[in-house]
Amino acid sequence: MHNRSRTGLDPALLRGLTRARRSPLELPGPTRRRTLQAGGAAAAALALSACGVGGQQRDPAADANFWEGKERTGNLRWANWPLYMDSERTQIQQFTEATGIEVEYKEDVQEAASFFGRIQPKLANEDDLGYDLIVLPNGFELAKLIELGYLVQLDHALLPNFTEYAGEIYRNSTFDPGNKYTVPYASGITGIAYNPEFIDREITSVQDLWDPAFEGKVGMFSDPQEIANFGLLANGVIPADSTPEDWEAAADRLREQRDSGVVRAYYDQDFIQPLTNGDLWITMAWSGDIYQQNSEEGTNLKFVIPEEGATLWTDNLMIPYTTQAPVDAIELMNFLYEPEIATGLTEYIAYISPVPHAQEVMLEWAAAEDGERADALREMAESPLVFPSEGDYQNLHNFVVLPTEEQDGFSSLFQAVTQS
Amino acid sequence: MRNRKLTPYVLVLPAWTWLALFFVIPIGGMLSLSLTTGNVITGFQQTFEVGNYVNAIGTYWEQILRSLFYGGCATLVCIALGYPMAYWIAFKGGAYKTTYLLLLLLPFFVSFVLRTISWRFFLSDNGVALGPLKDLGLLPEGFAVLNTAPAVILGLAYNFLPFMVLPIYAVLERMDPHLVEASHDLYANRFRAFFHVILPVSLPGVFAGVLMTFIPTSADYVNAAVLGGTDNTMIGNVIRTQYLVNNNYPIAASITFVLMGLLLIGIFSYARALGTERVMEVHTS
Repeated sequence: MHNRSRTGLDPALLRGLTRARRSPLELPGPTRRRTLQAGGAAAAALALSACGVGGQQRDPAADANFWEGKERTGNLRWANWPLYMDSERTQIQQFTEATGIEVEYKEDVQEAASFFGRIQPKLANEDDLGYDLIVLPNGFELAKLIELGYLVQLDHALLPNFTEYAGEIYRNSTFDPGNKYTVPYASGITGIAYNPEFIDREITSVQDLWDPAFEGKVGMFSDPQEIANFGLLANGVIPADSTPEDWEAAADRLREQRDSGVVRAYYDQDFIQPLTNGDLWITMAWSGDIYQQNSEEGTNLKFVIPEEGATLWTDNLMIPYTTQAPVDAIELMNFLYEPEIATGLTEYIAYISPVPHAQEVMLEWAAAEDGERADALREMAESPLVFPSEGDYQNLHNFVVLPTEEQDGFSSLFQAVTQS
Repeated sequence: MRNRKLTPYVLVLPAWTWLALFFVIPIGGMLSLSLTTGNVITGFQQTFEVGNYVNAIGTYWEQILRSLFYGGCATLVCIALGYPMAYWIAFKGGAYKTTYLLLLLLPFFVSFVLRTISWRFFLSDNGVALGPLKDLGLLPEGFAVLNTAPAVILGLAYNFLPFMVLPIYAVLERMDPHLVEASHDLYANRFRAFFHVILPVSLPGVFAGVLMTFIPTSADYVNAAVLGGTDNTMIGNVIRTQYLVNNNYPIAASITFVLMGLLLIGIFSYARALGTERVMEVHTS
């Protein structure tokens, strides 16, 4: 009974937390300490039995006859990025009408790296992802998926529209030569955007991002590849031709930019708001976001491809090897390359279509319509942000392509700049 | 008799299972992961590589120290703001105590990330807070709060304030008011009554509040990511990047353990310095 008298007031909870609890009759019961000891033993046993994480590479030869005997299932699960199709899902409706295949569309890809982190263990385990079709940018994650043998090799006999309509530049990518595993969904330019409300001169060069006149008002991207490209361009190096020495020099250049105080912050993707309200005056930016912002909010943000050039990135459609509906997936890929469909998609997302023919179709639509929509369509069809000219393409560079074993070193080099 | 012996075990079983499933097993797995080498392509092999820890501390000591510093600052801000709030609600809240508590908690029904992002609008260079002050000439044109260390600390303090207020409130609210009366009878003025009676009684609440704010704020990554600028990276951001972006699980796991170790050392020395035993028993004896 002595316990009782000592805890005269009442904080039973505190007592429970701080003191071993005994039954009033002093029977030997489990004390917290003993409970914890047993737990510790269990943990130790587990730690010993656990042995690393698998990452086994698959043998691509296993897929040599992948397409043989595969048939349409009528159900397709597609993971895409948010806001990458209108809310009516027009293109999917059209696809279902045309083929009868039902599509379960999920806006599950928020960030390439974390999406990869989520699907990698499942793929290593040969588990179904819950997706038959996914969209990822050219980048380290895509390179890893290819190297791990986690993507289905596409049968181009099933992609006649791609063969017919895909633009030249979208067939000869550096990250997936010959489109063995992927076909582009949409592309965009990473260039420089600025707000003319705060900057009253013409921006023409990557060097402008280093200008001390913009102290604390410059935005840079935090993605290692994106920011590396701009560091390289600032040093006059073409990203795709760069060497490890160039990377060091680019990182030094970017560090100097940071330490001089011109950089306000490093952004993942939310640079539009600060650029609009004046927290940023000038920033690295994606073409489509600027186009959308200007056309929807009536802002007057400027987007430029600097004289040193900008970079072109591509989001790609691909089929994970654990798919349950490969035929349905490749049919959808093919469907998206029909010029009318590609045009409709472009009208909403305002990013570059891999089908150059969409420009013509868009102008035809504009001619057939009148009023606001006609103006909007014409404006978009004539915008170099959505349909870059031959000359613009000359000035758009590919990303650095790296073997996977060099990626970690590359990322760390530039993360040391952005995550200081 | 046999039943009686088993009862406590049966009662503790759910908690035990929970602890095993969601704490012991994951942490065991993570410990083993922190001692592996490899990458996602080749897989991670158990090599008992202690170098991961050396590497983690060597590369990220600055972010680790910064996190503890930001966490500490945020905790102090929470005490400075939270103690008077708790005091006021407990002693002056009268019949509306629950209303005030509800008002305190109301903003926290909104998602953590959204709340943090709204600070961006509020603190923006020409926004609601700074814009008018700049127009009046009270602040220089180039003055900025957003994307600086104070913005991160402010965000942290804001997001974890209730975790400081509630434990202090709980202690003050159940304090016997006669204790204060007694001290006045013994010629204590209000000042002395506070420092010799109220404050000591409320220390266990402050102690609990510090634990509940310092630990999560030191490990937070959302505030630094949303409100921080250059040189404001906290260790949580590094862990996130290593884990999700680089898929470097061993380094991510070893930083996690370093942080956990540092926090545990910090907490135990704090408890010792404050004399937890006595603090906890102030109003039990």
